Amino acid sequence: MPAEAASPKPVLLAVEGITKHFSGVTALSDVSLDIRPGEILGLLGENGAGKSTLLKILSGVMPPSSGHIIFDGADYQPSSPQDAKRLGIVTIYQELSLIPTLTVAENIFIGRAPVGPLGLVSWRRMEAASRDIIARVGLSIDPMTPVSALSVAEQQLVEIARALSLKSRLIIMDEPTSALTETEVQRLLSIMDRLRKDKVAIMFVTHRLEEASAICDRMTVLRDGRLAGHLNREGGPIALPRIIEKMVGRAASELYARPAQRAVAGDVVLSVRGLRTVRDPEAPHAIVLDGVDIDLKAGEILGVAGLVGSGRTELARAIFGADRIAAGTITLDGKPIAPASPADAIALGIGLVPEDRKHQAIFAALGILPNFSVASLGSFSNGFGFMAERRERDALAGFRKMLSIRMASAEQAIEGLSGGNQQKVILARWLARDPKVLIVDEPTRGVDVGAKTEVHQILVQLAARGIAVMMISSELPEVLAVSDRIVTMRRGRITGQMPGVEANEERLMELMALDRKETP
Amino acid sequence: MSVAEDQRGGINFARLLMSFGPLLFLVALIVVFTVLKPSFMDPINLFNITRQISITGLIALGMTFVILTAGIDLSVGSLLAFCGMVAAVVAKGGTANTLSLSTSGTQGYGWFAALLAAVVVGAAAGGVQGLVITRLKVPPFVVTLGGLTVFRGLTLTISNGGPISGFDASMRWFGTGLIGPVPVPALIFAAAAILCHIVLRYTRYGRAVYAVGGNAEAARLSGLRVDRILVSVYVIVGFFAGLAAFVLSARLNSSEAVAGIGYELTVISAVVIGGTSLFGGIGSVGGTVVGAALIGVLQNGLQFNNVSSYTQSIVIGLILILAVAFDRWLKSRVRR
Repeated sequence: MPAEAASPKPVLLAVEGITKHFSGVTALSDVSLDIRPGEILGLLGENGAGKSTLLKILSGVMPPSSGHIIFDGADYQPSSPQDAKRLGIVTIYQELSLIPTLTVAENIFIGRAPVGPLGLVSWRRMEAASRDIIARVGLSIDPMTPVSALSVAEQQLVEIARALSLKSRLIIMDEPTSALTETEVQRLLSIMDRLRKDKVAIMFVTHRLEEASAICDRMTVLRDGRLAGHLNREGGPIALPRIIEKMVGRAASELYARPAQRAVAGDVVLSVRGLRTVRDPEAPHAIVLDGVDIDLKAGEILGVAGLVGSGRTELARAIFGADRIAAGTITLDGKPIAPASPADAIALGIGLVPEDRKHQAIFAALGILPNFSVASLGSFSNGFGFMAERRERDALAGFRKMLSIRMASAEQAIEGLSGGNQQKVILARWLARDPKVLIVDEPTRGVDVGAKTEVHQILVQLAARGIAVMMISSELPEVLAVSDRIVTMRRGRITGQMPGVEANEERLMELMALDRKETP
Repeated sequence: MSVAEDQRGGINFARLLMSFGPLLFLVALIVVFTVLKPSFMDPINLFNITRQISITGLIALGMTFVILTAGIDLSVGSLLAFCGMVAAVVAKGGTANTLSLSTSGTQGYGWFAALLAAVVVGAAAGGVQGLVITRLKVPPFVVTLGGLTVFRGLTLTISNGGPISGFDASMRWFGTGLIGPVPVPALIFAAAAILCHIVLRYTRYGRAVYAVGGNAEAARLSGLRVDRILVSVYVIVGFFAGLAAFVLSARLNSSEAVAGIGYELTVISAVVIGGTSLFGGIGSVGGTVVGAALIGVLQNGLQFNNVSSYTQSIVIGLILILAVAFDRWLKSRVRR
């Protein structure tokens, strides 16, 4: 690091040329960054840019394929998240890791409770020490309160306090503000500022550009697994257009060539009005829909652009009958429908390719054939309930050709396929039902670049056949390349709507990421 | 790319072992016992083994469905006793004949009514447990652990603690009869195994069972009525507990209040040793038959060589643990 040699503070963490491959897919390619004590570094990038892979490497979940990391002057190769913590790097995830049934003090001192002369836990010392520790993050609650009684914001602060008490030198915060209210965000930012003065280094991973701009000294931006650039605070906060430009890049739009224009959209097939969902008492911080209106026409691809936590997935699940609806109406072909389960929605002609392929779509233990036909068992079996395997195999063979699924045989384990081919099998699962409405949630997540274009072409073909396609995605180039019409979502609401040809990344990003009082 | 190829090779190897490992082990055991004592291969002894395994084997068939959905049923031993007692009451027309070992009991409703009563009560009991599991969201382990106690208590209540004995010859035939050289219970087991194999391998329902066990959330999002399928597998295992109870009562010419104690363990062992994963989605009827045969051969062969029943328990327990360790190991290979 010849350039950094002259800087006043020594580098605490230096990531040099990190690359990570996952069975053929490159998630990170030659990424470098550094961070100094008393500095807040923003790590930004769109979904799929490689942020979470980098976090996993830094927090000891997995090693890089190549490149190296220097922490505090020594080679840093954590063997596990525990090891990373011991070495002084603590990662605080969106899903907090406190044990809700234990008290704040017990959580802070978990595994290292102070003991008295008889080897018994000294509750008095633990309480007193905890009080001091949480005071550092501005908390004045009773340390003997069970964690389950705290708000998410308070729990987060307890985690930060615990990290500090472990003598952590670097705290990585993964989307810490996504579940907080505006006031809580301000409090967290001011505590981050205080920690900065205490010479703690913080890596702030966020989608919220304004917050990042307000607090970060520097930013590192990733795009498509590569370093898009570093930004420095010069005089004032780093301006949003500079960040957006780095995040979006110019080359990206060339990667996603817009498929040729298609037939004009037909009648409205699916119409959603005033859709609201219930707050689940078991997941009080999940996103709820707050009055969504949406129309979906036959033969069109409606792109739904929104960040994680914008309510886009919740919208898909509500229409699909997977989550309960509190208020609002859904009409399909002019008739009101109220699917109480996915089975109901499917029977009505709706299909959903879910966001999380591994947990919500794939039957990992099974072969391609049962994975393909699971949603159409009725049409692939005779009146006695016996599978008509010949018909089933013929149908799969047809889709294999149509979607160019690269597979060895129908018996092959689906896990042996690449992400793109798995996704094609899932698409075939729904096409076998000939749906009226197909909702695809992040259709190219975990799909490598070449196959992404193929998936896009398939979606366009489906729309051309008259299927109403709703495509949810946080990858803007994808939304722009495929959609006939685009709506943006944020915090459970629709924040904007425009024809695909009029949209550009900057406009969408603003509508998705920034707080707007009213729909323009 | 070569890394991915290697992984795929590993998966295939693991999958192969998963289907043939238990069978290889069974063959090896038979060879060892035959070498130790050639009379082990005597047809009389072999048919003896099939008769021995048919009772727990029948229940293991039903348990295969349950474990394929990543569930468990600990109540089967008690349910067997309960269904046996119901069958006895129906066969003899009441509980009054308790302890009267020699009476012919012709005043009852006959074997068919007894059989019907046993399987209907078994299926209904399973259905109730299935409903509690799916509606009240109580884990299967807990519900069926409760069932284990409840059904034993019900059995003791209706039988007043003692056995109900002495059935007519037409009913006893189902336990002791022979068709050619083959014991009737073994034939019942074989027929049931073939039926279960067909259901799991060739029907729409079988596909759904594997799908629910493989990934319940994905199954729901693919339009399967997951709760109904879960209830149905407990109905099936209950049905088989009832069928096994009928055969056992017929064989012993008596329904014992203490019948089937510990059977749940033998049954689960047979299924798990047969390669069905406790995590659901992986397994087969063929594996369960092999698992049941393996336990039967092991017990019989050890007995044949005068190994004490105490030592037998130790060996079977160790085999079970090894089988599950093997399952975990395969899992870690299959899931990369």
